[in-house]
Amino acid sequence: MVYSFPEEVLEYVFAFLSSDKDRNAVSLVCKSWYEIERWCRRRVFIGNCYAVSPQIMIRRFPEVRAVKIKGKPHFADFNLVPERWGAYVYPWISAMARSYPWLEEIKLKRMVVTDESLELISKSFKNFKVLSLSSCEGFTTDGLSSIAANCRNLRELDLRESEVEDLSGHWLSHFPDNFTSLVSLNMSCLGSEVSFSALERLISRCPNLKTLWLNRAVPVEKLASLLRRAPQLVEFGTGACSTEIRTDIFSNLVEAFSGCKHLKSLSGFWDVVPAYLPAMYSVCSRITKLNLSYATVQSPDLVELISQCSNLKCLWVLDYIEDAGLKALSSYCKDLQELRVFPSDPYSAEPNVSLTEQGLVTVSAGCPKLQSVLYFCRQMSNAALIAIARNRPNLIRFRLCIIEPQAPDYLTLEPLDTGFGAIVEHCKELRRLSLSGLLTDRVFEYIGTHAKKLEMLSLAFAGDSDLGLHHVLSGCESLRKLEIRDCPFGDRALLANAAKLETMRSLWMSSCSVSYGACKLLGQKMPNLNVEVIDERGPPDSRPESISVEKLYVYRTVAGPRADKPDFVWTMDEDGALRFS
Amino acid sequence: MSPPLLDVEGGGRGNAPLMSSSASGDCISQSGSGLKECNFLGLSDCSSVDSSAVSNVCGENKNNLNFKATELRLGLPGSRSPERDSDFSLLSSGKLDEKQLFPLLPSKDGICSLMQKSIVSGNKRGFSDTMDGFSEIKSSVFTEGKWMFNANGSDSGTPQSVVEAKLAGNAGINVILTNNSSGAQPSMKKEVPTRAPKEGQNKMNGSNNNSSAPAAKAQVVGWPPIRSFRKNTLATTSKNNEEVDGKPGPGALFIKVSMDGAPYLRKVDLRMYSTYQELSSALEKMFMCFTIRKCGSQETPDREMLGENKFKDLLHGSDYVLTFEDKDGDWMLVGDVPWGMFIESCKRLKIMKGSDAIGLAPRTMEKSKNQN
Repeated sequence: MVYSFPEEVLEYVFAFLSSDKDRNAVSLVCKSWYEIERWCRRRVFIGNCYAVSPQIMIRRFPEVRAVKIKGKPHFADFNLVPERWGAYVYPWISAMARSYPWLEEIKLKRMVVTDESLELISKSFKNFKVLSLSSCEGFTTDGLSSIAANCRNLRELDLRESEVEDLSGHWLSHFPDNFTSLVSLNMSCLGSEVSFSALERLISRCPNLKTLWLNRAVPVEKLASLLRRAPQLVEFGTGACSTEIRTDIFSNLVEAFSGCKHLKSLSGFWDVVPAYLPAMYSVCSRITKLNLSYATVQSPDLVELISQCSNLKCLWVLDYIEDAGLKALSSYCKDLQELRVFPSDPYSAEPNVSLTEQGLVTVSAGCPKLQSVLYFCRQMSNAALIAIARNRPNLIRFRLCIIEPQAPDYLTLEPLDTGFGAIVEHCKELRRLSLSGLLTDRVFEYIGTHAKKLEMLSLAFAGDSDLGLHHVLSGCESLRKLEIRDCPFGDRALLANAAKLETMRSLWMSSCSVSYGACKLLGQKMPNLNVEVIDERGPPDSRPESISVEKLYVYRTVAGPRADKPDFVWTMDEDGALRFS
Repeated sequence: MSPPLLDVEGGGRGNAPLMSSSASGDCISQSGSGLKECNFLGLSDCSSVDSSAVSNVCGENKNNLNFKATELRLGLPGSRSPERDSDFSLLSSGKLDEKQLFPLLPSKDGICSLMQKSIVSGNKRGFSDTMDGFSEIKSSVFTEGKWMFNANGSDSGTPQSVVEAKLAGNAGINVILTNNSSGAQPSMKKEVPTRAPKEGQNKMNGSNNNSSAPAAKAQVVGWPPIRSFRKNTLATTSKNNEEVDGKPGPGALFIKVSMDGAPYLRKVDLRMYSTYQELSSALEKMFMCFTIRKCGSQETPDREMLGENKFKDLLHGSDYVLTFEDKDGDWMLVGDVPWGMFIESCKRLKIMKGSDAIGLAPRTMEKSKNQN
């Protein structure tokens, strides 16, 4: 009988469960399993910092060692969320400082982190090991100094893509001389120069360093010296490589790279002078991830490099690669799983490179393991999308951005409904989809019908009516995140599918046609949702209720309306009355 | 082309908003049908009597849910049962046949034809409850009229989505259709591509992240969806490449702008401007609110009396100067170097009090005083 197992045995068994889904399921079996599980849960993931409060988390899981929290909605990446919207981490840190003295890991994404928070982290958790701030903001290099100075057991410091106020590079020198535990350092987002000798000494004394992503300020002539001190590196990101090429720099680099027998991932390459690329040829055959998205290098040089990376699994590159380069990619890199092509000149009306839909079609045909795509281009056709869908039914993520909003099939001038329809129909495991181009309600009908595993959908300038939104909300069973901008979706589909919103993490709608009245209604009827209206024109009450709100962010929560709203955010309350924070 | 639909502050009712070119003439003539007591949500916890048909649906019967749940049903905010609503004249007209409230089922050929008769929108009910001042609204019957979609992919040539929205309702009400077909937002400063003419809605609810200055080139906020760090990276690396003739440098360059005494910062894209004057005007507009409040607390509380001129005086006079932090970390007065050089070296901007900026460049201070 299961119930006669001693707790310790159950705890031991539960320790093998790493997935949150499994642990949540286990908690539901019976009260005693709930109790046992909650005492032994060590990792907590909070997908929306406002869905739950720190107190609730701490009350349920008293022995947590690792926390991952996400804050702002994804569209904040594109400046659609006004400054001061929220997602402050300090309340979490201060609560955890009191209750989780043994906390080891904090990973944050799109949150506002202050120097005060960083200092509190550095002083509150004696065994602190991992700090990852992805796309965060609000702190300066002074905060980093606190971390460097006080976290004696720090293993990872990852600042990827965060906005840091760069007061000076001196923070790195705060790592004490007896600090040797560093395994991973990502400072690629920082602007100022750090003391190079401090960096060298740090690297020399940390024998377990596996990941090092330098910032732009580290010049190419210094790379060799660093690599020689850390030949065990697995992931390496260069700084700017723009110094005019010199034989000695080049040959040093060649030698240094050849000593790195474990390198699997390369990044950086800002302003890289193409002549430097061959220095890396010796490691290419082992490389599985290559981020060339800052390298403004033309296609032939890119192809030279890529053609040697037969084990490449993940490539991020600018559209300088062009169709020709993608063709080469598809023939050399048969293990490719993820491809991201970014635009080099997104704002010009005319294409500056010869990159079309054909490049993507070729890769989809030639790379059988391709499952994740992010592709910026200027033209697309239904035929191409259908071909991609038929070639790659194993796609999991498909994000296509046709740069011109509402661009139709360039061959037939039709909407791209059938093309995207083919994608969702063939790619049955599709979890993430971003649409672009000219799209009618019909594409949403296809999505609602076929995209049963879809978890995240991003829409812009698409659809004709509420029917489109209705198809998505009523058909996509696995939908967790829906973000919409500039689509003619309004009250009816939203209100008719209000219950669906409780099954999702969040819904974002900006520049759509949702009226203030509907928002209020939604807020009243759905107490488990926070219905937040973001409107910088002033209180929505000062306008007729039929007026559409600027932005709407709806998310499920057990924490009630949030108390830290700025003056341009209103939570639609059960009382129907406006409440300011 | 109908005029842009202006957002109405303070409930102005003058403008009849138009969703498409053919709307206005017809809309008033269509007689509104009565409002029906409705529940939007189709949830079983709904207390509305009429929703009894809907209330059984909790997701078990998918077809029914789609049908019922998409009916327009009107739940009065704050009301518990429909019987209370006998006070409201809105209910006086008869109830519509449920089948007519059937807007969202596609017809056989895939075209969604909305109801042939007018249908009910729930939005306006909210007025009665919360907007006591709007007496005409209480008696209004707001309905959304017939919509027809020609979003047929089999058309040769350019597909069109033409929404003819026929509105009924009191002229006094500022009506904005919630289901217009346009995806354009006013911050989209270029025209919606004519390939897909979606007429209508140009509401002024564009994002305020955009500066309000005239754009050097038309750009939509946040489109294409590229992260700022990437944009800034491209902006600076592209300097090394050849510049296309006659074009400003590609890429956007977002930098932070702070102002002494303002509670929060703003961001501007320096590539949107080509002269100092443009930047200055944009910043004035952005930060006007702070300065006016400052003035208001001291002198005239009446906001309208402070025109732009007064603000300009404030900015160009002894009160504020514009400074920037360059790549070396030094704070400099804006305006000394050619524009192109400025945007390449500018890391952030700050609107400082004149008194704080004295140490920077006396000559320029003189210049700004003389502009008064």
